[in-house]
Amino acid sequence: MKNGNTHITSFTSHAIVLIVLLTLTFLSVSVTSYHLGAFSVTIALAIASVKVATVISNFMHVKHESLFIKLMISGVFVLYTLVIIITFIDYHLR
Amino acid sequence: MSTHSIHSEQIESETGKLGMWIFLLTELFLFGGLFLVYAVFRAQYSEAFHAGAQELNAFIGTLNTVFLLVSSMTVAMAITAIQKDKKNLAIFLILITLILAGLFMMNKYFEWSHKFELKLYPGSEVLKNLPRGELLFFGLYFMMTGLHAIHVLIGMTLLAINIFKIKNGEVSSNHYLHLENSGLYWHLVDLIWIFLFPLLYLIT
Repeated sequence: MKNGNTHITSFTSHAIVLIVLLTLTFLSVSVTSYHLGAFSVTIALAIASVKVATVISNFMHVKHESLFIKLMISGVFVLYTLVIIITFIDYHLR
Repeated sequence: MSTHSIHSEQIESETGKLGMWIFLLTELFLFGGLFLVYAVFRAQYSEAFHAGAQELNAFIGTLNTVFLLVSSMTVAMAITAIQKDKKNLAIFLILITLILAGLFMMNKYFEWSHKFELKLYPGSEVLKNLPRGELLFFGLYFMMTGLHAIHVLIGMTLLAINIFKIKNGEVSSNHYLHLENSGLYWHLVDLIWIFLFPLLYLIT
């Protein structure tokens, strides 16, 4: 839409985001090749979460969206985290 | 264009994107359910999941991650191109995305057919005789990557439709909601793979 709210992200900033994502990918591949046990699972998932947050805010333009959409998306991620936590609490207390 | 129609297009764009996001969030829960099943069984059968993950080729997994990340960028760039009214560039970038998606699917085809050669497929005798944990790992592997591959195919179809819409002017620098929403769907495909990749290929 051609109105005041439109934000056009430049080609260069898309390319920079890609370089960040690729670096994180190779970082997670090299970290997990050291066989750090349970620790490597945590690192791999932490890196994946950073990558997901980067894609959502940059490629999916969420950083330029309304507060409503931002809250809705983060709310769903909080909800999903709660689902995981509650499932594991239930699983450990059986 | 009158002020009124600009205003209504802006509303259409905002509500259209909101609707797309609500749909994408339900998709996240579809895969989220599978991730939850994976997490619980992995905690229960960590040795077997370890053995199962070693059967997978981390190199192909990494290559496919690179394909999807680059394709996410080209889709994002296609939106920038259409906003700047560069139609041919937008079409070119969508075509690159489709080629990368095709390469991803080709790798997936080789990967799955290798598993099938080893008689590792849902319902096979070899798979049934594996320890319970490995059976669960491969069940989840086929289910998760299969469901993801269906999403890749749907995303490719949506993007291909956009090429025609740009050509006949339905998608233009004034009106590109269709391309934006197809792009959002494509990024979802990427997001799911970002989690699938370490869970299936890296955690050994």
